[in-house]
Amino acid sequence: MSAQALLEIADDELILGWRNSEWTGIAPFLEEDVAFSSIAQNEIGHARALYALAAEELGTTPDELAFDRAPDEYRCSRLVALRLVPDWARTIARHHLYERADAIRIAELKSHSDQRIAGLAAKIEREETYHRLHAEMWHERLREEPRYVEALGELEPLLEQRDAGIEELAPLWEEMTMVRRSVPGATW
Amino acid sequence: MVSEAEVWEALAEVPDPEIPVVSVVDLGVIRSIQVDGSRVHVEFTPTFLGCPALEAMQTAMSERVQALGAEAEVEVVLDDSWSTDRITPAGRERLRAAGFAPPVPRAAAAPTLVQLQRGAFRCPYCGSAGTRLDNLFGPTPCRSIRYCTSCRQPFEQFKTI
Repeated sequence: MSAQALLEIADDELILGWRNSEWTGIAPFLEEDVAFSSIAQNEIGHARALYALAAEELGTTPDELAFDRAPDEYRCSRLVALRLVPDWARTIARHHLYERADAIRIAELKSHSDQRIAGLAAKIEREETYHRLHAEMWHERLREEPRYVEALGELEPLLEQRDAGIEELAPLWEEMTMVRRSVPGATW
Repeated sequence: MVSEAEVWEALAEVPDPEIPVVSVVDLGVIRSIQVDGSRVHVEFTPTFLGCPALEAMQTAMSERVQALGAEAEVEVVLDDSWSTDRITPAGRERLRAAGFAPPVPRAAAAPTLVQLQRGAFRCPYCGSAGTRLDNLFGPTPCRSIRYCTSCRQPFEQFKTI
């Protein structure tokens, strides 16, 4: 598997983790505040492990891959780059679309010939099971709601777009890399 | 020179940073210990990949091994060797006594929503199986929140992964 293919998944997980964390403190109710915060933590953990594998191949570090690239070098899907707070219907639509697509991708990686990639994918899948259950629960709850149905239709085409999210990603990139850029060369 | 058994004993005193009633040995996150003369190599796997305490755990384990007079190398292994089935019987009992329902054994397939919503999860306080799922997620990635309808106590359920 090429480092670029690993980066695609890692970028998706990192950026979605940041977007999910935007609900921390302001979700419609406390349970969802906890859920999206916890999912964000998991996604960023997956990104860290995937960047570590890519970094070995590219001769760099996970932090450099996560934070030192320019916004237009990220390979994430446009779906995850969108800032969706405070729109709950679109947030759940993205959650459902992403988890469904990610499940297929992770299942494929589990049978990868590189044992380290296959092993990491299997570990990621254990955690993603709970993200999928959460998405499934909300999908069942909202599936008849016109706003939710409309959001699914609007967002689904964005899943496969990987070069068009720069205008959404740039402001997040500013925020995400601010601390690291403030102290060049820091080793924290 | 230290023995492997002495290293296991020493690591059994390193608490999990988020649930300090259990040690890293209770949790089953130590995958292997190799002693080579005065050098000790420990392999451990995080419970969850987003664990913010990995470095703290590595440092705590290294310090315990060094206190035995050995050189320590603690390696984080990100493979699929850990599941909640690796939590020891003693670890499960310590979790229960502290109000965390221990994880149910992992079945061949991943858990389903129906199982989690209707399954017989026991309250760690009164032992009743009359509990309901309140939230799939909890204060740390490894926990869900359930509510006991018998003793009216919310409690934390260790997720099965």
